[in-house]
Amino acid sequence: MDLNFSEEDISFQSEVRDFLTNEYPDDIKEKQDKRIPLKKEEVIRWQKLLASKGWFAINWPKEYGGTDWSPTKKYILQNELASANAPVLIPFGVNMCGPVIYSFGTEEQKKEHLDKILNSDVWWCQGYSEPGSGSDLASLQTKAEKVDDKYIVNGTKTWTTMAQHADWIFCLVRTETSDIKQEGISFLLIDMKSPGIEVKPIITIDGSHEVNMVYFDNVEVPTKNLIGEEGQGWNIAKFLLMHERSGIAGIAALKRELSRLKEISATIENGNGVLFDDLDFRKKIEATEIELTATEFTELRTLSAMSSGGAPGAESSILKIKGTELQQTISELFIEMLGYYAHPFFEEDKIGTNETVGPDYAAPGMPHYLNYRKVSIYGGSNEIQRNVISKAILGL
Amino acid sequence: MDFNFNEEQSLIQGQVSQFIQRDYDWEKRQELSNSERGFSDENWKQFAELGWLGISISEEAGGFGGSSLDTMIIMEEFGKGLVVEPFLETIVLSASILDDAGSKQQKDEILNKVIEGNLQLATAFSEPQSRFNLEDIVTTATKQDDSYLINGFKSVVMNGPAADSFIISVRTSGSQSDKEGITLFLLDSKQNGVSKRDYATVDGRKACELTLEDVSVSSASIIGKEGGGLDLLQNAINRAILAVSAEAVGAMEVLYKTTVEYTKTREQFGQAIGKFQVLQHRMVDMFMEYEQAKSLLYMATIKHSEGAKDADKAIAGLKYHIGKAGKFIGQQSVQLHGGMGVTEELNVGHYFKRLTTIGTIFGNSDYHLVKYSKL
Repeated sequence: MDLNFSEEDISFQSEVRDFLTNEYPDDIKEKQDKRIPLKKEEVIRWQKLLASKGWFAINWPKEYGGTDWSPTKKYILQNELASANAPVLIPFGVNMCGPVIYSFGTEEQKKEHLDKILNSDVWWCQGYSEPGSGSDLASLQTKAEKVDDKYIVNGTKTWTTMAQHADWIFCLVRTETSDIKQEGISFLLIDMKSPGIEVKPIITIDGSHEVNMVYFDNVEVPTKNLIGEEGQGWNIAKFLLMHERSGIAGIAALKRELSRLKEISATIENGNGVLFDDLDFRKKIEATEIELTATEFTELRTLSAMSSGGAPGAESSILKIKGTELQQTISELFIEMLGYYAHPFFEEDKIGTNETVGPDYAAPGMPHYLNYRKVSIYGGSNEIQRNVISKAILGL
Repeated sequence: MDFNFNEEQSLIQGQVSQFIQRDYDWEKRQELSNSERGFSDENWKQFAELGWLGISISEEAGGFGGSSLDTMIIMEEFGKGLVVEPFLETIVLSASILDDAGSKQQKDEILNKVIEGNLQLATAFSEPQSRFNLEDIVTTATKQDDSYLINGFKSVVMNGPAADSFIISVRTSGSQSDKEGITLFLLDSKQNGVSKRDYATVDGRKACELTLEDVSVSSASIIGKEGGGLDLLQNAINRAILAVSAEAVGAMEVLYKTTVEYTKTREQFGQAIGKFQVLQHRMVDMFMEYEQAKSLLYMATIKHSEGAKDADKAIAGLKYHIGKAGKFIGQQSVQLHGGMGVTEELNVGHYFKRLTTIGTIFGNSDYHLVKYSKL
C-alpha cells in the first residue's frame, strides 16, 4: 500500500503542468473557463496539439501510435488535463472505434483509418441505439443484407452524438436473424457521405443539439468495411463498452467542479453571511466531497488491479454509477446555489456574451443541470449497471 | 372531516379541467410559450369571462370573494396543463396585495381592469443579493417633499415583460436586512426611469430585470403604509406558495401517470419495462411523494383559508415538501423515459423544468425547512 507517486511520475506531472501553462491556447481556455461550448474546429485544434506531444491516443499500443505508459502515467495526464478544465476529447474515434480497429480489424482497415483518427482528420460517431433498442441493445433491427461485395443497410439509429459533424459512423447491424438476439449482429464502418443516409437533429431539454437520428435507406456499404467476422458484432460491442466505461467516473473533472462550487458559493450573499457558510448547503457540499473521495479511491484501486495485470471488469459499472451520480449531484448543487438566477434561459450562442443576465457563471448552470440528466441514462443506464453488478459480482 | 369539494368548487374544477383538455393541448401550449408574448391574451380574456380572474378578489373590490381553496382548485388544473398564462403573478401574487391594502383609488384603477382581463401585473421582490430573504432590500425610495425618488434594481421579475404595472418592494428607511422600513410601491411600467430587460425562463415563461433610476412617484403610489411593506409582501408570498404548490401537485400527477403509462408500453428484453420490480418500486415512490404533497397542500390551504394560527408553519412545511417531491418525481420521470425523457419534443422534460423552477421560487426546500423550524 502506497499512496505516493514515484519520482518519475512527479516529474511527468510537472511536464504536463508546464505544457498547460505555456501551450494551452488562450482562446480555447477562455471558452472552457466560461463554459461556452467549443466549435468543431477548436476541438480538432486541441486534439492535434495533444497528438503532436504523443498525448492523444495514450491507451493505444505503441505500434499504432499510442504509448506504453503505465496506468499511473495515463492517470496523471488525464487528471492534469481535467483539473485544468482542458477540452474533453471526442471519444468516438480515439477511445472507441480506434481500439476496435486495431484489435479486430484487417491490416488494410488499420492502414485506412488509424492514422486519420490519430490526427483527428476524420470524425466518428457511434451507431448503436435504435428507437426500439435502448437498454436492450441486442434487440437492434437495423439490417445489413449482403449482395455481392456490398451490404445494403436499412434502419434507424438514434441518440447519435455529433452525427451532424461526423465523417464516418461505426454501426451495429443485423446481418442475420437468429433466435438468440446477440447472434447475427455485425460491426460495420459506414462513410457518412454514402447516398441514403439522412441525419435529423434531436434537440434536448437544455436546448442544445448534441444528438441525432440517423436514417439508413438502402445504403450501400462495401463488405471490406466489416470489422471481424459476420456475427462477431456483439462481442466487439462488449469489448468497446468496457473501454467506454473505464475512466468514465471523470474524478478530476468532478473535483474541479466541486472546487468551483465552493469558490462561487463563498461569494454569494445569503442573509448576513455567504452561502458557503450556510450549514444546510455546506453539509451537502462536504457530503459530496466524501462520496467523491470514495469514488476516487475506488477508481485508483481498479487502476492498481489493472497495473497488476487485471482487466477492468464489472467494477467499471461501480465507477459509472458513482461518477454519474456525482456529476448530477454537483450540477444540482450548482443550480441550487444560483437561486433565482438559475431560471433565465438563453440560447447556447448567447452564453458568454453580454446578452445574458445575472452573474457570468449563472447562464450555463441550468442547461448543464438539464443536460446531465442524460448521464444516468446513456452508456448503459444506471439501472442496467446495477443489474451488471448484481449478476457479475454478487452472482445474483 | 371532509376533503370533498362543494358544488361550486366542483363546478370550477370541471370548468378549468375542460378548458385544459379542450383548448390547451400540448402543441398549443408550446406555441404560446414560444411566442413573443409568452401566453395568449385571448385565453386570458376567456379566464376573465369565466370569472376565474376575480375569484379570489374581495367582493368590495369587484371580485367573488373566494378563498385560497378556490385558487388551489384552479392552479392544480393549470399545473396539469402546464398553463403559461400568468395567473400566479398577476392574480395570486399581485392583485391580492392591492385587494389587501390598496387605496380606493388604486383598487378602482387597477383591480377592475385586472378582473376584466385588461391589465397585467408583476411583483418585483427579489434583488441579486437577496436570495430568498424578502427583507434583504437595497433598492431605496428617498422622500422629497410629497414625492419619492426610487433607485435600485430588481431581478428575475416573473411576468415582468407583460406587466402594465409593477408592485415593488423598496427600502424607505433602515439598512439592508432590516424588517422595518420596507414599503411597497405601485409603478406604471411606462413611468420615467423604469427600464426592463426581458427574457424567457427555463420553464417556458417570461421574466425581466428591472432597473429603477430616479423614478419619481407621489405618496399616492404607496400600497398600505410607509414601512409596512414586509407583512403585506409576506402574506402575498404565502398565498402564492399555496398556489404554486397546487400547480406543482397538478404537474406531479401528470408526470407520475405519464411515466406509469409509458412503462406499460415501452418494451425491452421482451417485456414491458413496467414489469421490472426496480422500476415498479421507483414509480410507487413517485406516487407516494405525489400523494403526500397533495395531503400537505390540502392541509395548508384549509388552514390558510380558515386563518388558523399555524397556517404559516403549514405553508413552510408544504413548500419544503414540494421542492423535494418535485425534484424526485421530475428527475425520475425523465430517467424512466430514458433518452426520450431528455428530448425537447416530449412534454415530460417541460413538466420537469417547471417543477425545478417551482422548487426555487419563493424559497427552496432548505430555506423553508429552516423557516418551519423557527415558526
